[in-house]
Amino acid sequence: MSESYVVPQGEVLRYTFEERFIHWMAGLSYLYLLLTGLAFWSPWLFWIAVIFGGGTISRELHPWIGLIFAVAVALMYRMWSTQMHETDVDKKWWDAIPHYIRNEDDQVPTVGRFNGGQKLLFWGFFWCCILLFLSGLILWFPHWIPWNLRFLRYIAVIVHPGAALISIGLFIIHVYMGTAMEEGALASMIRGYVSSAWAKRYHGIWYDQVTRGNATRK
Amino acid sequence: MTQVNLEVRAISGHAGPVPGTGLKREFEVCKLIDTTTCIGCKACEVACLEWNGYSFSETVFDNSYQTMPNTAWNYWNLIRFNEYEDPQHGMMLLMRKDQCMHCDDPGCLEACPADGAIVQYVNGIVDFQQENCIGCGYCMTGCPFNIPKFSPGARKVFKCTLCVDRVSAGLEPACIKSCPTGCLHFGTKEDMKFLAEKRAKQLRDVSGFKDAGVYDPSGVNGTHVIYVLHDAKNPELYGGLPSDPHVPWTVQLWKKPLKWLGNLAMIGGVLGVAIHYLRFGPKDEGLEQKPTPPPAPRQEPGPGARQ
Repeated sequence: MSESYVVPQGEVLRYTFEERFIHWMAGLSYLYLLLTGLAFWSPWLFWIAVIFGGGTISRELHPWIGLIFAVAVALMYRMWSTQMHETDVDKKWWDAIPHYIRNEDDQVPTVGRFNGGQKLLFWGFFWCCILLFLSGLILWFPHWIPWNLRFLRYIAVIVHPGAALISIGLFIIHVYMGTAMEEGALASMIRGYVSSAWAKRYHGIWYDQVTRGNATRK
Repeated sequence: MTQVNLEVRAISGHAGPVPGTGLKREFEVCKLIDTTTCIGCKACEVACLEWNGYSFSETVFDNSYQTMPNTAWNYWNLIRFNEYEDPQHGMMLLMRKDQCMHCDDPGCLEACPADGAIVQYVNGIVDFQQENCIGCGYCMTGCPFNIPKFSPGARKVFKCTLCVDRVSAGLEPACIKSCPTGCLHFGTKEDMKFLAEKRAKQLRDVSGFKDAGVYDPSGVNGTHVIYVLHDAKNPELYGGLPSDPHVPWTVQLWKKPLKWLGNLAMIGGVLGVAIHYLRFGPKDEGLEQKPTPPPAPRQEPGPGARQ
């Protein structure tokens, strides 16, 4: 797949339309699931369900929106999973994580299209989604689970919030880095482009690949 | 007993004690079911349907005396019928009136996320308020007795109310009213416990049921429906009455430690990134030195470029 795009001078295409569309399909559905889920999580947050049309509607829609999220994550898996395997460069990147956190980016090795943190985020969300999907199916239709298989419901009520909490941890970091910490990251997920300087600095290996033309995936 | 209590506590300028003082001993109600005198006539099933306004459902024949396999959202009261070959007493027909146990520590209420969908009255009755129910079915998972049932039409959950409407008007529940053998009793928890223990002792001393006893499980802090059983050591014989019912431990784990751990983690996460931003700020300051015009477009391979 070697698509060609018209890219403004000094910028590099980082996310195709397909990638951006699927990302926001997952992002917006996740946001709905997070907010209605929080309403069911704590009585102190039940007012969120009122904003979304009441508890009954929130309970009705939550599983359906969950299906959209699951489909989006499945598409992401098809789209990105082959690019998300950890490489030797990623291991070096993880070794330099204290520098990365302190924004000492000249001491962080340059990496391929995705760095180790992004790969961890991908797999974290992927496995959380699997757990949320399976436990969510049980919670969707508790009256279909026969009494002698009730242990499935007992597992589901703990797995669903547990996996959700892990995903919320990932989500907080992801949103923070995407909107506040990494300038240009949000724009790249909306319009698709990053500046060449940005690409060289953080994803130099990937930048070399795409600018060389006969790019090889790493 | 559920209504606002307008009992007089003090009277101004009144000679002598306040009338009625000390008359009420206890507020907790209880239904006593003596399985040893139940004949399985199902009058209680009919009375329950009649009072609560449900029509009789089609019965299911499964080679036994039982009307249908399980209680349902519109069938709250079911005689569970079990044939049991007792080594000592021979063939026994065990019949147990199954309905909500009105646990003192109700798992349904603990699991429910909807504000006001389940209330527990001071008198011990656990009652579903369908107008607040969101139909999530968590109560069904929280209940150790398999009682709350989902109505696909209403998309809400229903169960026995212990005839809270009758009890609050000073009447006994409909099932009690209908019982022809007197195996059903209704009164204060204290009185019913006393009656039950007396009957169990009689069964042990006179009738030769050495394991006869009262079912008032402590795992849910006692129930407001109690049984007298011929064999209190094997409640499972009576159509799967759990010998040691608890609110499922995963529900307890989810509602208590995980809730606090999760709240701390979420607040900590948000605070963490906020502090990071204050301390280190954004990454790319000064990086964006884009070459100014001309913005001549050029061709580039896509990011997902593969060989």
